[in-house]
Amino acid sequence: MEADDPAFLRGLTQSRLSRRQLVRAGAAVAAAGSVGSILSACGISGTRDTGAPAGFDWASWWTQQRKHGVLDWANWPLYIDTSHGSHPSLELFTKQTGIQVNYKPVIQDNASFFSQISPVLQSKQGIGYDLIVITDGWELTQMIANRWLIPLDHSRIPNFARYAGPIAKHPVFDPKNRYTVTWQAGITGIGYNPKNTGREITSVKDLWDPAFKGKVGMMSDDTELGSVGMLALGIDPAKSTPADWKRAAALLTKQRDDGIVRQYYDQSYIKALEDGDTWITQAWSGDIFQANYSGFKDLKFVIPKEGGMLWHDNCMIPLHAQNPVDALEWMDFYYQPKVEAMIEDWVNYLCPVPAAQGKIANGLDDPAVANSPLVFPSAAEIKRLRGYYDFRGIDDHNQWTSIFDPIIQS
Amino acid sequence: MSAAAGTGVLGARPSGPRRLRRFILPGYVVAVIAYTLVPIAVMILYSFNKAPSGRLTFAWKGFTLDWYKHPFDIPDLTSALVHSLEIASLSTLIATALGVPAALALARYRFRGRALSDVVILADIAAPSVVVGASLLGFFIYLGVPRGFTTILIAHVAFNVAFVVVVVQARVRDLDESLVEAAKDLGANPFVAFWKVTFPLIFPGILAGALLAFALSIDDFIITSFVAGQTLTFPLWVYGAVKVGIPPQVFVMGTLIFLAGVAIAIANVVAQRRRGPATA
Amino acid sequence: MTARVAQLRRTAVPYVLELPGGLWVVVFFVVPLAAILSVSLMTGNSIDGYSLTWNFHIYPEVIDQYSTQFLRSFYYGLASTAIALVVMYPVAYWIAFHGGRHKSTMLLVILLPFFVSFVIRILTWQFILADQGIVLGTLKDIGLLPSDFHVLSTPAAVIAGLTYDSLPFMALPIYVALDNIDRTHIEAAADLGASRLQQFLRVVLPLSAPGVYAGILLVAITNIGDYVSAAILGGPSTTMIGNIIQTQYVENANYPTASALALILMAALLLGMYVYARAFGTRTIQEYV
Repeated sequence: MEADDPAFLRGLTQSRLSRRQLVRAGAAVAAAGSVGSILSACGISGTRDTGAPAGFDWASWWTQQRKHGVLDWANWPLYIDTSHGSHPSLELFTKQTGIQVNYKPVIQDNASFFSQISPVLQSKQGIGYDLIVITDGWELTQMIANRWLIPLDHSRIPNFARYAGPIAKHPVFDPKNRYTVTWQAGITGIGYNPKNTGREITSVKDLWDPAFKGKVGMMSDDTELGSVGMLALGIDPAKSTPADWKRAAALLTKQRDDGIVRQYYDQSYIKALEDGDTWITQAWSGDIFQANYSGFKDLKFVIPKEGGMLWHDNCMIPLHAQNPVDALEWMDFYYQPKVEAMIEDWVNYLCPVPAAQGKIANGLDDPAVANSPLVFPSAAEIKRLRGYYDFRGIDDHNQWTSIFDPIIQS
Repeated sequence: MSAAAGTGVLGARPSGPRRLRRFILPGYVVAVIAYTLVPIAVMILYSFNKAPSGRLTFAWKGFTLDWYKHPFDIPDLTSALVHSLEIASLSTLIATALGVPAALALARYRFRGRALSDVVILADIAAPSVVVGASLLGFFIYLGVPRGFTTILIAHVAFNVAFVVVVVQARVRDLDESLVEAAKDLGANPFVAFWKVTFPLIFPGILAGALLAFALSIDDFIITSFVAGQTLTFPLWVYGAVKVGIPPQVFVMGTLIFLAGVAIAIANVVAQRRRGPATA
Repeated sequence: MTARVAQLRRTAVPYVLELPGGLWVVVFFVVPLAAILSVSLMTGNSIDGYSLTWNFHIYPEVIDQYSTQFLRSFYYGLASTAIALVVMYPVAYWIAFHGGRHKSTMLLVILLPFFVSFVIRILTWQFILADQGIVLGTLKDIGLLPSDFHVLSTPAAVIAGLTYDSLPFMALPIYVALDNIDRTHIEAAADLGASRLQQFLRVVLPLSAPGVYAGILLVAITNIGDYVSAAILGGPSTTMIGNIIQTQYVENANYPTASALALILMAALLLGMYVYARAFGTRTIQEYV
């Protein structure tokens, strides 16, 4: 590049902003604005009733569907077993069923993914995927409420019924697993470094301990933040009311104003914990597991005595999917313990298939994963887990975000 | 101008105790350049770091060339890089094709709407990325246009055109019109006059504008993040992966890109040497 | 052909040349701005849809709600611009006056780090500035810093990140202006008895003004609207208006609010540019270029 090109910057340094020019420009912009306004007078349409018709006969629809031999799957990054660029579980699947999988780990965030697919579904078109993975939360609630998901034909996924564990069956947000089957689940609890905190952590209230001032990490996701605030007050988030939210918000605001919170993190909280920027943080079980494995053996994960949050990342079939039967075949396939074992050994989140534990311990010879309570929690630990609040409508959700967002984005 | 270039504004060469002062400014410049290179050094260093979990870690684990042997192991990272290169090339081509004629028009002719065009182009350059990205997103949402490769391309051309216009326009203004007149006097029609006289003379400006557009496009993050839909470009992929832990291949690619830049710099030095000391 | 047709062709030429590029910019830059003006005046939600209700009231509402973030963005943006100016002016000066035939190479060297994606560069800064990292950890070990000192998650880190990324964009315009200065002016000043400092202050500095103006403009506008630096290097209470716009658009799908915020930012920046241009004296700039 001719970096010493005087041309470029002379062009910039020449000012063209004489008053007359600006007035003219203003008039032109106003003209464009009025054109734009006229165009936009129609408004932007909403998503209501843009999904499948109510009472649609899905049973007979399913009988007409056939396997096509191809599957387009959108997932989160680093969420399936990987070995030098290929995915052994997918390869096994292709070998046994002949179905080609186009695997696209493009989902980075529920909200942004939803904001991308929702206008497409709204205009009654397919999003190009047969299978997508979304966490339980407001986006999933909308997908179900808008009837944008194809109800699953459980007769074709017998392995789910056979092998799915208690955390996968009948979750609060989708009783009877009508639309979703769990891909992976996880626990939001507390991660900490005992060398820095100087003691063991047992309670959610430890996140408010002034002894850790400036060393506490909290999550920037308003659902996670609000939920932990309520747990600290002894409230079950799933049964909470807006009055509870305000009380939790007050507690969280105080935590921030007292200088206790170092930062509100997205998933990068784990790096802060590893680096020692934070000593104690809200954390996801799988991340701590991975950190231990990457050499940060000091880090610990605990489900606080008030409770931890249980979240699910779920597989579902969006409306207008081209290959729904192939999607069902994959669901049936991965619920086999030996396949789930392959996947879990790599992903290290909460396993929806308890029988995989034996396979990992013996078949894959990986006791670290098999014996980890972060991957195979005990029944007692599962009892301490809580579900998130299920939003009843957009006003409900807007109220929640308007209460908790200002804490994070002050 | 060249006579004073070597000695600068400071006039006669200082001597004695003043000699040390001569080193303050160059020393400072070197320090600044070193400062800007610190993250690059870290990146290059850690591209050789072992990473047992497949995710880059800043704890030193030992030297390895593994990642250089398998730089394209992660298909989505590779495809994101490919997308970035494709979009950068295409948007540069389109922006240049649109921008050069516009620059010619703005620099040479006086016509109604010229002042307005100048303002709009300036606004396009000056507009903050957040506003541009947000407005394009809002626009596409309103029109119901699905976001993806095409919308990224559209957005990149929209800002690249302005930069190309500004660079080329200034170059055209610098042009000695008498050369073009001479060609016409010799019987050349406007097209021939353009291709044989104008174009070669403004070519450095076109090249500069195109390179600038390419660089802006390939590193663009904010605008792309608004209009990308599910398509991922290299910066978007890296930003998203940061949360989970980036694979070392990202640093490998960064190092390779940096080395490509170094190669261009070296080529420039060689080219300058060939051209001789008079030009700078 | 007749003289009339030839005349028409001549006048049509600039329009034809300008049309494709101009049209693209109008359709994909100007019209979207007009469109979001419209969106900002709508009310509704993503489920029931939005309709144009000419809700001008949203403007004072969002200004009130987010005034802190607006002011903070201007503060961080202008602070980082000032620092970039002070840091890079000497560099641009040295290259322009002492660069010799290696000028373009040196400019390239300044630009080199910015070939690499800035997401990567900010990431490495996050590592370098970690509380117990190479820099801070060492300084703490030798006792120069208190043990709970930290750079990350503070406004200083955000401003540092913004400054770092704008260094070349500040250097280039200043370099061009300095390079353009006719050396005979300086020699004349020297002949008239001006000291080196006076030569600089009264000849070089004013003549470099257009470049400084361009650099400040480019950098300030980019930095005031940024959100990445605050997202990666910031802490609680470092949120910039860019972060808010991004959240409102992508996470909350709150289109009217987000659009209003974007337009307010744009208007504030344009106003700032205009005031600055007038104060600087646009006529003076024209004369020197």
